[in-house]
Amino acid sequence: MSGSAVKVIGFFDSPFSHRAEAALCLKGVPYELIQEKDLRNKSELLLQHNPVHKKVPVLLHGDRRAVCESLVIVEYVDEAFQGPPLLPADPADRAAARFWARFIDDKVTVNPVRLTSQVSSGSFEVVNRDRSNGVHVPGRRQCSKAFWLAMWTEGEVQRGFVKEIKENLKLLEGQVKGKRFFGGDAVGYLDVAASAFAHWLPVCEEVAGVSLVTAEEYPDLCRWAKEYTSHDAVKRCLPDREELLARFSARKDSFVAMARSMAPAPEK
Amino acid sequence: MAGEKKQGLQLLDFWVSPFGQRCRIALDEKGLSYEYLEQDLANKSELLLRANPVHKKIPVLLHAGRPVCESLIIVQYLDEAFPATPTLLPAGDPYARAQARFWADYVDKKLYDCGTRLWKLKGDGHAQARTEMVEILRTLEGALGEGRFFGGEAFGFVDVALVPFTSWFLTYERFGDLSVEKECPKLAAWAKRCAERPSVAKNLYPPEKVYEFICGMKKRFGIE
Repeated sequence: MSGSAVKVIGFFDSPFSHRAEAALCLKGVPYELIQEKDLRNKSELLLQHNPVHKKVPVLLHGDRRAVCESLVIVEYVDEAFQGPPLLPADPADRAAARFWARFIDDKVTVNPVRLTSQVSSGSFEVVNRDRSNGVHVPGRRQCSKAFWLAMWTEGEVQRGFVKEIKENLKLLEGQVKGKRFFGGDAVGYLDVAASAFAHWLPVCEEVAGVSLVTAEEYPDLCRWAKEYTSHDAVKRCLPDREELLARFSARKDSFVAMARSMAPAPEK
Repeated sequence: MAGEKKQGLQLLDFWVSPFGQRCRIALDEKGLSYEYLEQDLANKSELLLRANPVHKKIPVLLHAGRPVCESLIIVQYLDEAFPATPTLLPAGDPYARAQARFWADYVDKKLYDCGTRLWKLKGDGHAQARTEMVEILRTLEGALGEGRFFGGEAFGFVDVALVPFTSWFLTYERFGDLSVEKECPKLAAWAKRCAERPSVAKNLYPPEKVYEFICGMKKRFGIE
């Protein structure tokens, strides 16, 4: 099975798509990349292989295996192929790595791509949607909204989200303190899971004109970001920074408009 | 008592939590003894806050004092830390394991949230939640296919992830005005099959009790 052809259905802008590729690059597994051109107009191939979520990335291994969800893909690649292990050996360390990867996805994820396509398809759950009941309905997606809103809102509203995100980033940074990578001396599962902070976050900051993660406040995270993005295997599957910047800049207005429609109305 | 200390397993939990129940079921399936420590979520203990400083939530597994958080992470940990016990994730088959992780993740992403909206919201929000709930249950039934369990013949990871929510089906049915039996007969049959397992029978509360708990929550939140 490990000799069969491997393909990744991905999207240029997506850090989740990168996770799948990074895992394969780190293991030294050759693969064919099939890029979606427009996530508002998904390919038959994507819809066929991920009918449940209809999202990138999808890993295709041979004729009959489709693996969906980026972190599930990373673990699959770790188990199905030879090469340096991505998860640590010790069960407690593995549990910790999974915990922080989930923390990233629940609390601090950066994915303008996913949020954009969700909002435009109407499938996005808006903060405080049902205000009339006076009931605040929390959900996992609300946490990742905070990052998005921290980027693209302004004033008092932005300050609240920024505070929340910064606290969560500090917690994450604690995991890489004193280490070259989250995985220790070698790039691993958690580094791949955190990759959006290394490469996508600085681009978003530049487009939004905000500065969330500075070297003064986050020395370890910034040091790690440089290590991660300059790593030989990883570099090969990171989207070109200038092109990413151009693509996000072109969509800045739509990001801002979306954030405005998502943010709760300011208190009077 | 002595057996519990030897393995050093403690579970910080809250009686009705389906996430906690996943861990209790996994521990029993593996024949692992542990000390159950009921937590007061309105008044969180030092132990809980120290064990899970990031989320301050149950369940937390303590193994010789070292905490493991997040229910599905705990279940995987038990597989990996106690390899001599019956495995919940299919052993030696990366693709089957990936499928199991995918479906357990699906339950996590979709079911609890939607169920909460079903009993909390009114009007459009409620109607949307009902539609989604039926879709989620049908999707899960599709994943079950013709197997006895989600993994096939053996009770495994996805079954553990989903089975605690079977006690919540009655609550979803009453608040959603739907019937799991009617919408998803195979899923309903799977639920009955699981209920025959000692680990499940022992650790789930009767559906009426869960419904009573939710009605209590509604009163507390002032939702009528």
